[in-house]
Amino acid sequence: MTRTSERRTRRWLLTAALTAVAALVVFPLYWMVVSALTPGGQSQSSEFYLWPDAPTTDNFTEVFAQQPVWQWLGNSFFVASVGTALSVCVSLGAGYALAKYRFRGRGLLYAAFLVTIMIPIQVTLVPAFLVTARLGLVDSPWAVILPTLFDVVGIFIARQFMLGVPDALIEAARLDGAGELRTFFRVVLPTCWPLVGVLVILGFMNRWNDFLWPLVVLQGNESLTVPVGLSTLTNNPAFTSPWGAVMAVATVAVVPLLVVFLVFQRTFVQGIASTGIK
Amino acid sequence: MSPHVESPPRRRARWAPYVFAGPAALLFLAFSLLPIVIAIALSFQDTATLGDGEWVGTANYETMLGDPLLRTALWNTVLFTVGTVPTAMAIGLALAVALNRPLPGRGVLRALFFVPMVAAGVVVGVIMSWIFNPDYGVANNALAALGLGGLPWLTSPRTAMLTLIVVVVWTRIGFCMVIYLGALQSIPAELREAAAIDGASGWQRFRRLTVPMLAPTTSILLILNVVFSLQAFDVIYVMTGGGPGFSTTVLIQYVFRSAFADARMGYAAALGLLLVLILLVFTLLRQRATRRAEELL
Repeated sequence: MTRTSERRTRRWLLTAALTAVAALVVFPLYWMVVSALTPGGQSQSSEFYLWPDAPTTDNFTEVFAQQPVWQWLGNSFFVASVGTALSVCVSLGAGYALAKYRFRGRGLLYAAFLVTIMIPIQVTLVPAFLVTARLGLVDSPWAVILPTLFDVVGIFIARQFMLGVPDALIEAARLDGAGELRTFFRVVLPTCWPLVGVLVILGFMNRWNDFLWPLVVLQGNESLTVPVGLSTLTNNPAFTSPWGAVMAVATVAVVPLLVVFLVFQRTFVQGIASTGIK
Repeated sequence: MSPHVESPPRRRARWAPYVFAGPAALLFLAFSLLPIVIAIALSFQDTATLGDGEWVGTANYETMLGDPLLRTALWNTVLFTVGTVPTAMAIGLALAVALNRPLPGRGVLRALFFVPMVAAGVVVGVIMSWIFNPDYGVANNALAALGLGGLPWLTSPRTAMLTLIVVVVWTRIGFCMVIYLGALQSIPAELREAAAIDGASGWQRFRRLTVPMLAPTTSILLILNVVFSLQAFDVIYVMTGGGPGFSTTVLIQYVFRSAFADARMGYAAALGLLLVLILLVFTLLRQRATRRAEELL
C-alpha cells in the first residue's frame, strides 16, 4: 500500500517537473502572442510582466495598415498550396517509378537524387538564381514554386511507402487489362492516402516557413512571403512600437501552422519523424 | 476493336517508369544539377558581378588555405555543432524516457514539447531576438526582477554564440524526443519487466538496457543533428547575421556573406563546395549508420 502511494507521489512529481519544463519550452511562443497584444509603452520598458495591463490589438491594426500583410499571407498561401500540390504529384510519380519498376538509369537516378540531399541551398543559391533569372521568373511566385518542386525527401518517403504496396495488387490490375496509368490511379494511389497526408503536411510546412530562397528571388514589397516580409520588419524605424508589430506578424505567420498541427497532430509528428528515418 | 472476348493480360509498358519519374528528373536537371555544375565552374573563376567571370584556375582554393576568417568560421562551426548536438539529444532522450511512462496528461505534454518545431526559423529568430533584447527583453527584465544583473546576450561576442546554441537546442529537442520515443516504444516491455524482476534499479535498467537498445537510433540522430547544425542558417541570419564581429559566423554564414555582402561569387562557390565536402562525409557516415541500424533491428 505504501509502495503504491509512494509511486503515485513520484509520478505526480515527475509530471509537475515535466509541466514546468514544458512551460519553459512553450514560453517563447506565448511571449510572441503576449508581446503582440501589449501596447508599445509597456513592452518597450524594463518592467517585468507576464500579461499586459491593457491588452490591445493595436499592433495588428497598425502593421496591417502600414504593410501589405494580407498580400504576404496571400502570397505565402499561394506558394505553399500550389507548390505542395504539384510537388506531391512529382514525388508520388518518382517514388512509384523507383519502387515498382526496373528500368535503365534507375540506379543512376536514385544516386543522383540522394546526392542532392546534402547540397545546402546556400551553395547553389547564386547559380539557381541565374537559372531562374534566365527563365524570366524573378519576383514571380513561380520563381519560388518551381525550384522547390523537386523534393528529394518527399521522393524517398514516397518510394519507401510504395515498396510496401503488394506487387500482387499491381499484377492483378494488369491481368484485368488495366493500363499503366489506370493501374496507378485506380489501384496504387488509393492505398497511399496516409502517405499523401504526410507529404502534404510536410510540404506545406516547409514551403510556408521557407526563407532564404524567397528572400533572394522576391524583390517588391508586395510580392514577399510572410517570413521574408517579417524579416524586413525588424528594427523598422517607421513604427512607434516595432517589436509589437513584429510579434503581430510573427503570430500571424505561426498560427495557421499551429492549427494544422493541432488538427493533424499524428500525421504531423509521423511526417517529421519520417524525414529522419531515411 | 480487339478480337478477343476477354481482354489479354497487359505487359508492363517500357515507357511507364520514364513517364512517372520524368517530371522529377527534369526538375532535378534544371534546378539541382545545373546549378551545381555552374557552382563548380564559378569556383574556378573570379566573379564580382553575375555572369562574366575570369578563369583563375585554383586561386580561390589557394586563398582558402590562408584565410583567417575561414579558420574563424570553421572554429565557430565546430563550437556551434558541439554545443547544439549532444545537448539537444540528451534533453530529447530525457524527455522521451520520462514521457514513455504512463503519466497523467502525457499526450498534451508531448504535443507541447513538439510545438517549437512548427515555427519557421525566421519566426524563431525574431521572437528570440526580442526575448534576449538587452534593453527591453523579457530575459533581462526577469533577471532584474530577481535582483540579478542583465546579460548582454546577442550583443557581446562572448555570449552571442552561447545564446544562439540555447535557441537552436530549443528548436531541436522536440525532434529528438519524437525519434527517441518511437525507438523506446519498440523495446519490448517484457525485457524491462524481466530486468525489474531481476532486481535492476531504474538507473541500471536505463544504463544497461535502454541506452544499448537505443544505440542505432542515437547514431542516426547524431549524424542528422550534425547535418542540421552544419546547415543552420535562418536563425543565425536573423539573430546575429554572424556578429558581433565574426563571433557567430559559421561556415554557411561565411558562404552567404562572401557571395552577397562581399560579392565574391567565385570564392563563395569554392567555400560552398568545401561545405558540401564536409556534409558528404557526414552523409556517408549516416548511410553506414542507417545500414548498421537495419542490421541490428
